[in-house]
Amino acid sequence: MIKKFDKKDEESGSGSNPFQHLEKSAVLQEARIFNETPINPRRCLHILTKIIYLLNQGEHFGTMEATEAFFAMTRLFQSNDQTLRRMCYLTIKEMANISEDVIIVTSSLTKDMTGKEDVYRGPAIRALCRITDTTMLQAIERYMKQAIVDKVPSVSSSALVSSLHMVKMSYDVVKRWVNEAQEAASSDNIMVQYHALGLLYHLRKNDRLAVSKMLNKFTKSGLKSPFAYCMLIRIASKLLEETEAGHDSPLFDFIESCLRNKHEMVVYEAASAIVHMPNCTARELAPAVSVLQLFCSSPKAALRYAAVRTLNKVAMKHPSAVTACNLDLENLITDSNRSIATLAITTLLKTGSESSVDRLMKQISSFVSEISDEFKVVVVQAISALCQKYPRKHSVMMNFLSNMLRDDGGFEYKRAIVDCIISIIEENPESKETGLAHLCEFIEDCEHTVLATKILHLLGKEGPRTPSPSKYIRFIFNRVVLESEAVRAAAVSALAKFGAQNDDLLPSVLVLMQRCMMDSDDEVRDRATFYMNVLQQKQKALNAAYIFNGENTHCAPSLNLRALVELTQKPFDMKSVPLANTPITEQKTEFAPVATSKLPEKPGPTRQDIYQEQLAAIPEFQGLGSLFKTSEAVQLTEAETEYVVRCVKHTFARHMVFQFDCTNTLNDQLLQKVMVQMEPSEAYEVLHYVPAANLPYSQPGSCYSLVRLPEDDPTAVSCTFSCTLKYLVKDCDPNTGEPDDDGYDDEYVLEDLEVTVADHIQKVLKPNFAAAWDEVGDDFEKEETFALASVRTLDEAVGNIISFLGMQPCERSDKVPENKNSHILFLAGVFRGGHDVLVRSRLALADGVTMQVTVRSSDETVVDIILASVG
Amino acid sequence: MDTVTLEPSLYTVKAVLILDNDGERLYAKYYDGTYPSVKEQKAFERNIFSKTHRTDSEIALLEGLTVVYKSNIDLFFYVIGSSHENELMLMAVLNCLFDSLSQMLRRNVERRALLENMEGLFLAVDEIVDGGVILESDPQQVVHRVALRGEDVPYSEQTVTQVLQSAKEQIKWSLLR
Repeated sequence: MIKKFDKKDEESGSGSNPFQHLEKSAVLQEARIFNETPINPRRCLHILTKIIYLLNQGEHFGTMEATEAFFAMTRLFQSNDQTLRRMCYLTIKEMANISEDVIIVTSSLTKDMTGKEDVYRGPAIRALCRITDTTMLQAIERYMKQAIVDKVPSVSSSALVSSLHMVKMSYDVVKRWVNEAQEAASSDNIMVQYHALGLLYHLRKNDRLAVSKMLNKFTKSGLKSPFAYCMLIRIASKLLEETEAGHDSPLFDFIESCLRNKHEMVVYEAASAIVHMPNCTARELAPAVSVLQLFCSSPKAALRYAAVRTLNKVAMKHPSAVTACNLDLENLITDSNRSIATLAITTLLKTGSESSVDRLMKQISSFVSEISDEFKVVVVQAISALCQKYPRKHSVMMNFLSNMLRDDGGFEYKRAIVDCIISIIEENPESKETGLAHLCEFIEDCEHTVLATKILHLLGKEGPRTPSPSKYIRFIFNRVVLESEAVRAAAVSALAKFGAQNDDLLPSVLVLMQRCMMDSDDEVRDRATFYMNVLQQKQKALNAAYIFNGENTHCAPSLNLRALVELTQKPFDMKSVPLANTPITEQKTEFAPVATSKLPEKPGPTRQDIYQEQLAAIPEFQGLGSLFKTSEAVQLTEAETEYVVRCVKHTFARHMVFQFDCTNTLNDQLLQKVMVQMEPSEAYEVLHYVPAANLPYSQPGSCYSLVRLPEDDPTAVSCTFSCTLKYLVKDCDPNTGEPDDDGYDDEYVLEDLEVTVADHIQKVLKPNFAAAWDEVGDDFEKEETFALASVRTLDEAVGNIISFLGMQPCERSDKVPENKNSHILFLAGVFRGGHDVLVRSRLALADGVTMQVTVRSSDETVVDIILASVG
Repeated sequence: MDTVTLEPSLYTVKAVLILDNDGERLYAKYYDGTYPSVKEQKAFERNIFSKTHRTDSEIALLEGLTVVYKSNIDLFFYVIGSSHENELMLMAVLNCLFDSLSQMLRRNVERRALLENMEGLFLAVDEIVDGGVILESDPQQVVHRVALRGEDVPYSEQTVTQVLQSAKEQIKWSLLR
């Protein structure tokens, strides 16, 4: 039934909005008629509608005026007009946060919630719970319990949903209603079932056993509500993930059985749950994929969309599983919903063959302007993945990307494109020049500072080494003229790199630099002056140190801190600053399909900083100096033994500290005075043991050993320690953890611990290896040739060398181009004590791999050590 | 690939919107803090409208959210949920909203009729979604619960008891003053 407004509303012209020119003050004025007697329900209703409409439009109500209107409204409870009463409930809910003293309607609402009018009861409960706080809740607890098990579905649902909202606020009270919720779960009404299940789960979700029991019960008894089924599937898959149960578990069977449910919603939920499970095999995926395939030809757009989106995810991990759907996906390319078409194409790009790439790309470009940024990012990511798979197609991709770069789009989208182009440039040297040209064109008109600086940095790095570096100068200098401070500063740094590397460009760069020295911004001027002076010296070593490799090798936050501390005590030594672990950014292609609004991670304290602090707290380890390097943890026991021990090696200038993280997995034992006894094979001397006092069941504890490195023989960098875990055992009660009074000594043999040359070297990335090579000079250069007989491929040799020396590969030389018989690997690092060390290793593939190693360092011993350890 | 398993929860709907064919808000209800201020909400609505008003394609992904929508004559209905949400659940909400209104407005789902029945719309949405939880998905039930009654019956047609009742009320109130 509908209700017409007064005639005069209709006369106000067709298509006009009767609410359009509402004035808040006028409406509040009108609200005075709430106080008139008798109440005119129709007019009051209209005014309440206006108030809610205004609130809905986002109109701001002050506390005073809201409270006044609210109190006037409470009088309307005297009318028995149904719609008016319902609108009162809505007003209460809308105003609950802006008006004061809303609790005065509690008794009216309580009356309605327990009254005879079923139409009032549900909404009254919801309004009441909206204004109730924890203390008040106890007063209405009895009514809530009754309402949850009420036979009228709307009442029961309202009570359950309101309880769910209140779990956040008053968990302890709502928890007491579990039995009622349980009873409601067996209701015949599908929505009540769903709401009861949701509430039960929320109350029990921290108790895995209870959740598991509940699942068991409901999966057996079967529910009627498709919503409840979806909820069950989600609970089941979460439980599967948490317990890491295998896929032979009954829960997995339940999810799989839901693929045959008669509701599409449930079938889709189940398929999606299976697809999202980690470590699913292709065979387990097959049934899910085949229902998704069916959905692809559904007349409902939402279902097609859901299906393609999920298939798209499958394609990232198991492209082969999706190939069966290729035909269906082809049909979706022309779908009128562009989102579906895009997803279909990107999925096909992942699963299709190289030959189909050109055709698919052409198809995307026909409608790329019509889709939203989110999907454009998906397209770019698909292209990026494709470039890695089919490097030969890079020219097609590059063209396409440059066209996309010219289109309008948000920051996320542009960043995705720029990242993608950069990764192509890095993977394919042939594409470098075209790529740089596209990027140059982009920064000519780029509103995003971050992207502009990123590209300028790249130009500075790659540009000077191209055949004609001069053509980039123009683009870079344009930035100095036109852009904001940050971009100008980046442009100056890029210019300096051109000047340092190309002698014929140097005079012109110096002229440009001179102009930059008159910039209005401090940072730009400083940089220009600095680079100007460095460049005028015309010394290769200076250039290398301050222009190419001067940035980012020392981690700034701890540098500042340390500098402050040490300046006050003793002369500051650059070598005592820990080197930043170069984060190796890998352009992997497993993006989340839509990564919007993700903030970049803030640089927290590094792992090494944390260890440094922990160690500094132990008195025995004071006076060791600053921590030079911390290794990855090494397991010294097999998995699932009585005691689990892993070791982290901390290297200091003259000492090493071994940190043993031990876990006791026996619940009837308490270990005390736990330490690891070490027997070195070389001239290493164990100075101290710091035992762990107590090691109760499943609580990890650490003990330490301090070892002095042999000083008379600096070349002894590798050593093997045989380790034994020694401790005092006290038997204890598994339940209470109460130990017996006396115990006995026992020991447990651990695996041997190796210290290798890699533990003495910290990785350092030299962005320009050649310059660094010249800087270190050939004072202590040594060269030797080795034959690696057991190695069969260059890739394998490169991998072995890197992991053996623990040094940072530079110039992307860790990637061996395909079909080559020789390769040069550049490695850089800093040796314990702060000496730079560089390794150039020429590899040739014959029968085995022949390797010619050249080592340079600022210290002769280091060179000897490296060569000795390789041999 | 994001392996974040969805935390099982009844909170499904992030927002319900109804815009007119100029993209102006007729109704908007946001159930969580995704767009806390009116300014952000309106910006989001503008974005949604610009991306959807020309195509009739039912579903889209915008600002990391799944948007299911439907247009009729000069009205645009939107239901918005997380991008991990089951799209069909959101669709069920949208369909329920549209069908309920369609019945209440006697199949006359257009801007003018809707504006003349705003209270019906407010009550219907309140019965379909409560604080982000799907409360009811059956349009019959929703229409039944909203239970808008007909025109006020003129005095001439009221029964004697009704007249007496209202007279009693009036007297009671005049006494209470």
